[in-house]
Amino acid sequence: MSNNTELAAAPVGVRQPAGARRRTRKPDSAQARIGAIFSSGYALFLLVFGIIPAVYAVYLAFTKNNAFAGVDNFIKIFSDFRFLPAVGHVAIYVGVWVFSLIILVVLLAVIVHAVRVRWLSTSVRFLFYIPGALAGASSVMLWLFVLDPSVSPVSFLLHALGNDSFVDTVRVDQLPFVLAIIAFWTGAGGWIVIMYGALNNISTDVMEAARIDGAGPVATAWYIQIPLLRKWISYMSIMSLAAGTQLFVEPRVLSQASKGVVPADYSLNQLAFLYAFKQSDFNGSAAISLVLLVVALGLSAFFVFRGGLFERE
Amino acid sequence: MSANSSTDRRRPQQSRASAWAGRIIAGLVIVFFVLFFVVPIIWLLIAPTKDGRELLLSQPFAVGGWEQFAENWDSLVSYQGGLIWTWLGNSAFYSLAALVLTLVISVPAGYAMALTEFRGRRALLSLTLVVMLIPSTALVLPIFLELSAVKLIGSPLSVILPFSFFPFGVYLTYIYFSTTISRDLLNAARIDGAGEFRVFAQVAMPLATPVVALVGFFSFVANWNNYFLPYVMVPGRKAPVQVGLAEMLSNVPQFNPTNVASTMISLPTLALATIVSVAPVLFIFLFSQRFLVSGMTAGGTKE
Repeated sequence: MSNNTELAAAPVGVRQPAGARRRTRKPDSAQARIGAIFSSGYALFLLVFGIIPAVYAVYLAFTKNNAFAGVDNFIKIFSDFRFLPAVGHVAIYVGVWVFSLIILVVLLAVIVHAVRVRWLSTSVRFLFYIPGALAGASSVMLWLFVLDPSVSPVSFLLHALGNDSFVDTVRVDQLPFVLAIIAFWTGAGGWIVIMYGALNNISTDVMEAARIDGAGPVATAWYIQIPLLRKWISYMSIMSLAAGTQLFVEPRVLSQASKGVVPADYSLNQLAFLYAFKQSDFNGSAAISLVLLVVALGLSAFFVFRGGLFERE
Repeated sequence: MSANSSTDRRRPQQSRASAWAGRIIAGLVIVFFVLFFVVPIIWLLIAPTKDGRELLLSQPFAVGGWEQFAENWDSLVSYQGGLIWTWLGNSAFYSLAALVLTLVISVPAGYAMALTEFRGRRALLSLTLVVMLIPSTALVLPIFLELSAVKLIGSPLSVILPFSFFPFGVYLTYIYFSTTISRDLLNAARIDGAGEFRVFAQVAMPLATPVVALVGFFSFVANWNNYFLPYVMVPGRKAPVQVGLAEMLSNVPQFNPTNVASTMISLPTLALATIVSVAPVLFIFLFSQRFLVSGMTAGGTKE
């Protein structure tokens, strides 16, 4: 429990009677007024920076010069020679990343959880988690160095894998793996810490019963711990899947640093960016953004309404 | 299952050897990943103590000299007349202004959704959850298109306002208020004659410090590290440090040999700039592991 918190561990029971009473009593008008006032600022922001941009993107995607254009913009982007490669790049990257994230995060959380020496377990988690502070451009900047055999602290490894220059390391066929490693380095620690917290929530009785039945650490992990982590694993996968499709800053910085070996239209968001800023084609840009938005929205709605991890009452 | 029980019967003979083998494998996995996570950071902290030549030729983990560090520092702060300070100032301004606005918007909204009844409450809550799980990058270009229609691009507001829309913060305060404050407590205050606003300000708010800190942490870290949104909204001198850092890269000759810019940045200086760009977040991270976990697991159904 050391890492779990007041919030997560908050007793569910406290909430239930309150909810039950609410249903039997008529809402108070003073309360209704203050509730509406207090949430109105947020509702306004939700409208202006959540709903309107999405609706505006829909409008732009289906028009051309303010006239209805049907699916012309979509036909245009789908037949753009850069579109399918970008989809492919993103798909391979997301596949590699989410797959390795699930396997390694669960593996590491289970191993760290099995460490009995308290200070060791705490420090290992801390070290895993700290790279999370370097997100976005800073993280890629650091990896520029690590991936460049001439300065890298692991240049022997890069050479052994046949990469003799930075441009070699980031060549396109290898790039999904490189991007997955960068993303894993930045984000995995946070998830390991979270999974560790979830493992702590498994009752000691269950673990003890498994031990008495003769289950070793591997069997316990496989038949008890991992099944009980299922919700968290799917939460992590959905979040990572949605975030992965939005790939932008990593390939952009790598493209800049590799003199175009990493193409400037590597990912879908980069392509949408080029449409808006290089071709001044807001309609095409909106069409790509909309495709990405629908994917993210679909994943998140599916999880919220089917995943059951969040309180909706 | 039969295979399982047969191995179980053989356990006593095997268990000691296999337990040790298991421990050794687990230990190796841990050591490998600790190195994987830590080595790049240690290298980054050492790099600014060397000059460009040493960085290429010396051992990766050989520490250079203090004078060299001072020289790299000078070259960083003199880059385009101290542009790094402008960028850092921009980052601080955008992140802190958005932090304040986020709290002003989220805390009352979370309170309202948790402890009051009003029309549209459940719809607002469901919408919040869905939007909260959408990666923030997904809305960047649509928001850009919207703000360019109202001619706000380039203004600090074009960054601060979108940063202040933080559904995750609203959800955190909602969970906090609905789990830690009982309606009876609020009702007691009402019976004592407190109006609705006083109930919020004098009963609920004093108990809300933990969640204010939590939302503040997530908002600040997310906004400080955000790249895509400010990159499209506020280019050039108005950029925050994350965008500036990538800009700086174009003045590093190793990565752009064709560039004959007047101001050259050496690799150790770029490494130093990377450290500076994340220093505030890194500092907060050192003390915030609990925060991260409590935020990410908030409301998660207990198994």
